[in-house]
Amino acid sequence: MTGNARTTKAEHIRHLLETEGDAVAANTQGFNDGRYESVADLEDYEALKEEARAIKEDAIERLPDLVDELREAVEENGGTLYLADDAADANRYVRDVVADVDGDSVVKSKSMTTEELELNDALEADDVEVVETDLGEWVLQVADEAPSHIVAPAIHKSRESIAELFTEVFDPDEDLETAADLTMFARRKLAEKIVDADVGVTGANFVTADSGTMALVTSEGNARKTVTATDTHVAVAGVEKVIPSVEDLAPFVELIGRSGTGQDITSYVSLLTPPVGSPTLDFDADETGPAADREFHLVLVDNGRMDMREDDDLRETLYCIRCSACSNSCANFQQVGGHAFGGETYSGGIATGWEAGIEGLDVAAEFNDLCTGCSRCVNACPVGIDIPWINTVVRDRVNRGEDAEFDWLVDGLVPDAEPAGLDPQKRLFGNFSTLAKLGSATAPVSNWLSDLSVSRGLMERFVGVDRRRDLPTFQRETLREWAADRPPVRNPDRQVVLFPDLYTNHVQVERGKAAVRALEALGVAVRLPDVTASGRAPLSQGMLATAREHATDVADALVPHVEAGRDVVVVEPSDYALFQREYERLLDEDRYETLADGSYEVFEYVYGLLANGADADALADGSGERVAYHSHCQQRTLGVETYTEAVLDDLGFDVVTSDVECCGMAGSFGYKREYYDVSMAVGEDLATQFSTDETVDRTVVASGTSCLEQLDDLLARPSKHPIELVAP
Amino acid sequence: MDRFTERLADFDVSYTLTAPDDVAAAIEDVTTQPAIGVELPDGLGDLPESVETDPSPAELREASTGVTEARLGIADYGSLVLPTTADGVEPISLFPEHHVGVVSSEDVVPGMADALADLGECFRDASGSAVVATGPSATADMGALVKGAHGPKTVHAIIVEP
Ligand code: SF4
Repeated sequence: MTGNARTTKAEHIRHLLETEGDAVAANTQGFNDGRYESVADLEDYEALKEEARAIKEDAIERLPDLVDELREAVEENGGTLYLADDAADANRYVRDVVADVDGDSVVKSKSMTTEELELNDALEADDVEVVETDLGEWVLQVADEAPSHIVAPAIHKSRESIAELFTEVFDPDEDLETAADLTMFARRKLAEKIVDADVGVTGANFVTADSGTMALVTSEGNARKTVTATDTHVAVAGVEKVIPSVEDLAPFVELIGRSGTGQDITSYVSLLTPPVGSPTLDFDADETGPAADREFHLVLVDNGRMDMREDDDLRETLYCIRCSACSNSCANFQQVGGHAFGGETYSGGIATGWEAGIEGLDVAAEFNDLCTGCSRCVNACPVGIDIPWINTVVRDRVNRGEDAEFDWLVDGLVPDAEPAGLDPQKRLFGNFSTLAKLGSATAPVSNWLSDLSVSRGLMERFVGVDRRRDLPTFQRETLREWAADRPPVRNPDRQVVLFPDLYTNHVQVERGKAAVRALEALGVAVRLPDVTASGRAPLSQGMLATAREHATDVADALVPHVEAGRDVVVVEPSDYALFQREYERLLDEDRYETLADGSYEVFEYVYGLLANGADADALADGSGERVAYHSHCQQRTLGVETYTEAVLDDLGFDVVTSDVECCGMAGSFGYKREYYDVSMAVGEDLATQFSTDETVDRTVVASGTSCLEQLDDLLARPSKHPIELVAP
Repeated sequence: MDRFTERLADFDVSYTLTAPDDVAAAIEDVTTQPAIGVELPDGLGDLPESVETDPSPAELREASTGVTEARLGIADYGSLVLPTTADGVEPISLFPEHHVGVVSSEDVVPGMADALADLGECFRDASGSAVVATGPSATADMGALVKGAHGPKTVHAIIVEP
């Protein structure tokens, strides 16, 4: 990205933060909190998710056969199934259906797929009036704006702005003020349109191959009316929506509302086997007619999906049920919404997969960097899609396709296996290992240099490092150098290999020393291997080849230790998460499993030692010290943050924990000029939680490097890793 | 049944428990005029006189209450499963602002999977349709939660205990 493009992007994001940020944040955070509450009521949430996942895996695997089976069922019911290759093909078919019934007005219920097709424009070109009946979609149609969320399209609009819009456009007799006023006004307006319409167009959340039944998940009742009040029903759905049987709907019906807006179930789940059996309603002649007069067309849309099915990395996208959990649980999305974090049609984390598959890499590239890989969406996704991985893969593909510009600035300094055209900013951050080694070797000169306003200006201009951020301070003595002189522990109970990640080795050396002291005090011999770069940095920039090289080096260095009975302990949670999650994609299965099973987050390990009889008195006594703890996003996804809380609690600390999804820094993300504002906006929520009466005088601790850097920028008081509290 | 009535209340659905013979009176109690409805299936009792059946489209739009049967109740969600029928359960339960759903206590199933097992057979054999309706229609699109968007604002369940 050029300096100018960065500036434009930064301005666009700042504008959205100012104009829409508050409304988007209030809504998405509300949905997200609702999700946590609603899924907690389920007896077996995890089993339901696994069932849903299995159904989707099987359905996509057997898709061509299921489509054949579905076609038979639909035709037997008296309907037609049309499989459209692309948007133009689908639109042509729908236009023909409307023309065949001499239709001049169409009412629609909410459908993302028709937005993808731009069906409204196609119909309007034939002078057909198209009216969206979902209230949110209708507001956007009146305002001529794009959706900012896949489920609640108008969340960026406040009640006041909708009232203003209606007053301006419709000049109503009554004052429109409350949400109820606005809803009733819209209901009346739309009721007229619905009874006048010739054709009803709906989407479909699921279609079952066994019976030709489609499920529509809605709340307002507009989809029900759209189908009932019109004689001709056209349902448009992506071909991936087909599942085998009616019974297979059960886990999805239970999960979709809970995962999305945090409702146990939405008001209506229509299960239609069209043409439906209700009498026809002729409002003009005031007559009813037989259900046999109803017509039904199911349009299944390929538009790139069948190719995605063949793509090992994008295939998972097709399991997506568009619940929006990955938008709502995303700290960045919560701030900027779908107008920044979205492509032509889809928004949120999974939009990268959809847009890459449907529109192409260039569209996905425009917003894909807003995924920081924090992984908070992974457990939220009802079908277990590894959304961060899809983002990483697409980023890698984008990197490989982009033009070169300022390569000379970082080339040579940071040799890697990436394509020559790689964005220099990505190359700089992705090769943090080289910088860190150089940084320590030349500290403190490197630190003075990086503080000089001249070099900061250059870095901002050419590689987009925001000059408002403090850069990491490299320590002259690395952790490995310090540890080399430690006297050995006599008769150790266990042997540990402490992974000296780049930050712990070069920058936050104190937390590494504390980890060594704590482990030794508990009777463990600690050694530091000769490997520091985990591959997290290149992975986050989508530099998969480099990440794979690092992963291989780490496995070469650590796996023999595990095989020799030593335990691997990791201080940096993002690296621990890497060993547990992403290495599965970067290493062969055996070595991945050996390393994943043999490695522990530092507090997880301390907890285990204490549980197995190690003497807690060897560690510092908390004596009621009041502590505010921010765990790390990836650590929470793996559920290991509880060990830190438990150990601190055991040792007598008084701990409160933040509950924001992410600190907003996310490795290099917060350093990038174009994302500085989002990063700080996300961080504000954390800063607020740690500045209440209850927390403002507490000692701040955080597990992740990025979180510590962010907290340093956000709060006046210092922060440290919790291991520094407990080490003797 | 306790779970069902508890969940009905969670979703703001009021309810009456009644014997088949008292169904007409129970409906009368919760109905405002003009009221439209469908004849209830055997075992669910009778409609009161005041409820018109076979409404015209204009009557459909003007009605204040719609009375229909429900094929099933789902205890876990307090849902009424409304079948799509030739006598118009779907429009009659949808257009008026108040919906009265009549369900037999014997047709209340524990969970969603039970309901879909029942419906699966019906859909495959008879290409039937149904709506799983839970509480009144609602929207949050206008800046706050509002009950009664395109569908009913209020729902009352009449649970018939044979
Ligand atoms: S990817 Fe998962 S969480 Fe995101 S919208 Fe799709 S189903 Fe929901």
